[in-house]
Amino acid sequence: MSASPNRRRQVTVRGTLGIVAFLAVYEAFARSGMFSTAITPPLEIIGVAFVSSLAGGYIFLQAGATLLRVAIGMALALTIAVPLGMLMGRSRLAERALAPLVSILMPIPSLAWVPLIVLWFGIGNTATILVVVYAATFPLLFNVWTGVRTVNQMWIRAAVVMGASRACVFRQVVLPAALPFVITGMRLAFGRAWIAVIGGELLASPQTGLGKVIFDANEYLNADVMLSALVVIGAIGLFFERMVFHRLERSTVERWGMTAQTRR
Amino acid sequence: MTQRASRMRDRVAGVVAPAVLIVACALAWEAVARFGGFPPKLLPDLPTIAHAFVRLLESGTLAAATGATLARLGAGFALAAVVGVSVGVLMGRYLIVEDTLLPIVSFLYPIPGIAYAPLFVMWFGLGDLPSVLLVGVSASFTIIINAWKGVRAVRPIWLRSAHSMGADERTIFVKVILPASLPYVLTGLRLGLASAWRILVAVEMLMSVQQGLGWLIFGSQQFLNTDVMLATIAVIGAIGMLLEKQLFERVERYTLVRWGMMTA
Repeated sequence: MSASPNRRRQVTVRGTLGIVAFLAVYEAFARSGMFSTAITPPLEIIGVAFVSSLAGGYIFLQAGATLLRVAIGMALALTIAVPLGMLMGRSRLAERALAPLVSILMPIPSLAWVPLIVLWFGIGNTATILVVVYAATFPLLFNVWTGVRTVNQMWIRAAVVMGASRACVFRQVVLPAALPFVITGMRLAFGRAWIAVIGGELLASPQTGLGKVIFDANEYLNADVMLSALVVIGAIGLFFERMVFHRLERSTVERWGMTAQTRR
Repeated sequence: MTQRASRMRDRVAGVVAPAVLIVACALAWEAVARFGGFPPKLLPDLPTIAHAFVRLLESGTLAAATGATLARLGAGFALAAVVGVSVGVLMGRYLIVEDTLLPIVSFLYPIPGIAYAPLFVMWFGLGDLPSVLLVGVSASFTIIINAWKGVRAVRPIWLRSAHSMGADERTIFVKVILPASLPYVLTGLRLGLASAWRILVAVEMLMSVQQGLGWLIFGSQQFLNTDVMLATIAVIGAIGMLLEKQLFERVERYTLVRWGMMTA
């Protein structure tokens, strides 16, 4: 990870050039007249739309509503998936009974449920959050289950031999050993939840949210608003992936030496 | 003898436990549907769902919808595979390409494909073209990232020894880089296909395509045909499971496992 200053400058310059080229291509495309500028607005207009969405904190309110749904959905998914996954990892019977159910429900895309959930719970917040819960539960469950199941048997036997009680083995050995998988599961679950919440907001029309901003802008052909909302969605996704989960993994799992360092 | 007996018991338990749970779930659904006090139009009982399934099957609606959805999936995935593998391999092989494209790819990667849907409708109208493009775009990023990592993970020593034995760039590419990065590329393709499948169902709801499983669910919502919706969701789950289990596990077995690059 110790790049020379020269190399670091090279990365920055090339990266910047890449972004500038990308934006230039878009700008040329927008101004080419292939589509009307109403649906492919030039960057300047997108910028203006973005700045005006900042006014009064409008975009922050929308982003906050979306993130709140993700947070509630993730919290519910954690309370479902972690105990269930642990149970499946520890008990043969629970694993046998639940595994087929999980493998039936897991491959169903969460967004396929939206129309049905809307019929059952009405449009709005509840429906969107339920979609997020569905999307986030399975990656979590699967990872916790795998994590608990693959705990090194030697560690468990060693703890038992040294006189640890069942509860103690669980707390002191199984839980920490499964933690890397839980964290990976959370990262995957967030990725899924982020897709599900935007899709849910587009399809289940709650009052607020970034997906709703895009949906509303569509009604009025405000492509500039849509694109600036997309930028916000991308920025939040990137922030969580890089700043939150990557850092979380580095400060826990990697520091404990539990994953092989694959970076060169 | 006792070992065989215990294995027999194991196998019996392996069948009985999931069967018991699935039957219990089915009974619970049936009980709630019949005596839960919910309108049967919203919560149909299992015979009604099965009947809807048979009806859809007999009228050919289901086959047509499945065919249309799979055709879209195939087209979108092919697009994503071609674009994703080429871009990823170039990024992995040439530092300048990596430096230039990585910032853009990492920014676009976390934007859920579904968020582009209204924008694509504006640009390309409703129907098949935007659906295929959208599925292609949203699946390509996973494929890019994995192909890129795969090429970077090729052992330098292999490259150097091929080089010193007089292999030219083309030979190195075909004989060393491609096979060595294949595990990552296949992982990327599998993840890409899974994400394409998840997004496609929702895309069909938003793009009002002529036919398709997503559209079947969305259209049934208008007429409160929850039986049709649930039957379709079951089909979607079954196809997702087949894609995951049959297709890619088989491809991996024929290539990686056979070449000794992965244990089954």
